[in-house]
Amino acid sequence: MASISTILKQYPDGKREHLIPILQAIQEQAGYLSEDSIVEVGKHLQLPTSKIFGVATFYNQFRFEPQGKYHIQVCRGTACHVLGSSTVQAELEKRLKIKAGSTARDGLFSLEVVACIGACGLAPVISINGEFHAKLKPADIDDILEHYRNLESE
Amino acid sequence: MDFTIEINKEQVPVQSGEYLLDVLSRIGIKIPTLCHMKDKLPTGACRMCVVENKSNGKLITSCSHPVEQGMRIDTQSQRVAESRKTIVELLLSNHPDDCLYCVRNKNCELQDLAEELHVDDRRVRGEKNNYHLDMSSSSIVRDPSKCILCGRCVVVCEETMGVACIDFANRGSKSIISTTYNRGLNVSSCINCGQCIMVCPTGALTEKNHFAEIQDALANPKKVVVVQYAPSISVSLAEEFNMEPGLDINGVMNAALRKLGFDFIFDTTFAADLTIMEESTELIDRIQKNERLPLMTSCCPGWVKYAEEFAGDLLPLVSSCKSPQQMMGAVIKTYFAERMNLRKEDIYSVSIMPCTAKKFEAQREEMVSKGIVDVDAILTTRELARFIKLYGVDIHKLEPEITDSPLGARSTAGKLFGVTGGVMEAAIRTAYWKLTGEELIKFQIKELRGLAGRKEAKVEVNGLTLGVAVVNGISNAKVLLDEIRAGRKDLHFVEVMACPSGCIGGGGQKIGASPEALAARMQTIYSADMKESLRVSHKNPEVIELYRSFLGEPNSEIAHHLLHTRYRIREDILK
Repeated sequence: MASISTILKQYPDGKREHLIPILQAIQEQAGYLSEDSIVEVGKHLQLPTSKIFGVATFYNQFRFEPQGKYHIQVCRGTACHVLGSSTVQAELEKRLKIKAGSTARDGLFSLEVVACIGACGLAPVISINGEFHAKLKPADIDDILEHYRNLESE
Repeated sequence: MDFTIEINKEQVPVQSGEYLLDVLSRIGIKIPTLCHMKDKLPTGACRMCVVENKSNGKLITSCSHPVEQGMRIDTQSQRVAESRKTIVELLLSNHPDDCLYCVRNKNCELQDLAEELHVDDRRVRGEKNNYHLDMSSSSIVRDPSKCILCGRCVVVCEETMGVACIDFANRGSKSIISTTYNRGLNVSSCINCGQCIMVCPTGALTEKNHFAEIQDALANPKKVVVVQYAPSISVSLAEEFNMEPGLDINGVMNAALRKLGFDFIFDTTFAADLTIMEESTELIDRIQKNERLPLMTSCCPGWVKYAEEFAGDLLPLVSSCKSPQQMMGAVIKTYFAERMNLRKEDIYSVSIMPCTAKKFEAQREEMVSKGIVDVDAILTTRELARFIKLYGVDIHKLEPEITDSPLGARSTAGKLFGVTGGVMEAAIRTAYWKLTGEELIKFQIKELRGLAGRKEAKVEVNGLTLGVAVVNGISNAKVLLDEIRAGRKDLHFVEVMACPSGCIGGGGQKIGASPEALAARMQTIYSADMKESLRVSHKNPEVIELYRSFLGEPNSEIAHHLLHTRYRIREDILK
């Protein structure tokens, strides 16, 4: 919990308007918002945890599970959408057996939907740990996932 | 500033700042609402109350729109009717609509609106909600599939109760009402008061029922099934059978319970008298030692859990007395069992309570001794009505009957427990007698009467000015707790009831009762206190006999073992 208290110390007067910057800082550091971290934030800001959870779930940017070793961001921006990113997302969810916003049980992959990653020329595009995979079709997904799984077994 | 606006082509005088909805209801125009709550800030979430403002051609929510100069309102236009109907159709499009199997069937605001707005065709078909049922709490069941997101539960939990264990989560079509991390209510800060059930327009929030277990016990010839009912039940049950609010049907209720097959019928009011004997002893002891003041009541399990969660620093002030329900339960399985030559194991003890938190209280680990619980099952007032109907008992045709001995006698002081301020009044009467040897002449304490959220009084006893305060609704208690934390010293005794108005407004009472009905329940309890002669707990003959032959004296070793409890600071919940 040491790292969270360091973050909270930067907001000594604990006002409600600091909630989102605090949550962002925690996610930056821990990769997600844990129950324990939200309890600490609640104590610091004198806010019920239900309210913090309500605010955090309103925004797409917050995660509530630890990220997988390979974090997949599916771009659902306009260009990607027009070129079929919904089928790419559906294929990823089917192959990984998880919904967007969650992490696979083995901890290898996590899946997140993002609004636009600024690579419209490559649409539909996904990013895995910052590495872009461009102009995807659902049929490509299997090979891509296999590639990362092979990295693990090597 | 006063002016007039046009409503349905008539000029209507209004006051600046008034909400349109209040004006409309004053002049007899019924506007459908779902999210609206009296005395709370409007949210305008459900859009049911839309009316047309002809001066700008817009549909506006009347609940959240203050009157404006030049308004021309039409509440009956086709556009208004169509909009409202569409809203209900959309709400129904993802609703499970399994009304026949819903506990709120025929008592559901969504169902009523569908009927009133002539929704008689399934025009919109959506994907049905499919969320997990939250059965984790011992008091409250949450079915988010039936939730229409009106947000009333969120408002009551935060603003009236000061708990805020639920809130809106997610966004847009994925919005739900959720606990923190969507965990079970049992690990949330929920205090089980059930006020969310009281405001829920649908069956999304209900109490956890113990019907099956009670039916099994009643059908089991080896079980002696004993029932107790709280002081407020006899004045609120009548409304469940469309009788006049506040009608006291105590005798008829006894008869009905006998018809259901209960072997012994006791009145929890007896245990309220017993509570007064113990708690007044505790009060006098603390005053004499000048320690742990003010004493705070412990009858209300919602308040007790709140204190354990949010007022751990003040927990030593809370009385160690069990609640009347639990005292009664303990006495039934010891004193009564001995007198009747029964084994504890063969007694099945049911209590009828105006309260959902009692279901939680009964299963607390402190209320179990060697695997035997004080109270086995609880019915709320609503559930008792359903039970009576299930067994085909026609309550209108019953002659009044009396309770059983030795735990049936009661004073009207104990009966006062049902209304906010009642525990305090009853305790003062007995404490006065204990300290002075005389009865209080002016036995009613006017300052402590009525349904205000907070009341205070000073009572002179033997040269001591006893300072007392009464709060109902936890948000009112919060303010008082902060005063005590800040060093307020003039208080000796504080009564806290979680539910607004006290137990007559409890989370297990009839859903949708009017403020007038609540006042009628209160009046009936007050008038019993005027009319009847046994007005003090310490003169209850069966309580006296219990001490003489079994307990010894208040706070004796055996009394302490059976009638007192302990609390713990709850850090292990998501608050």
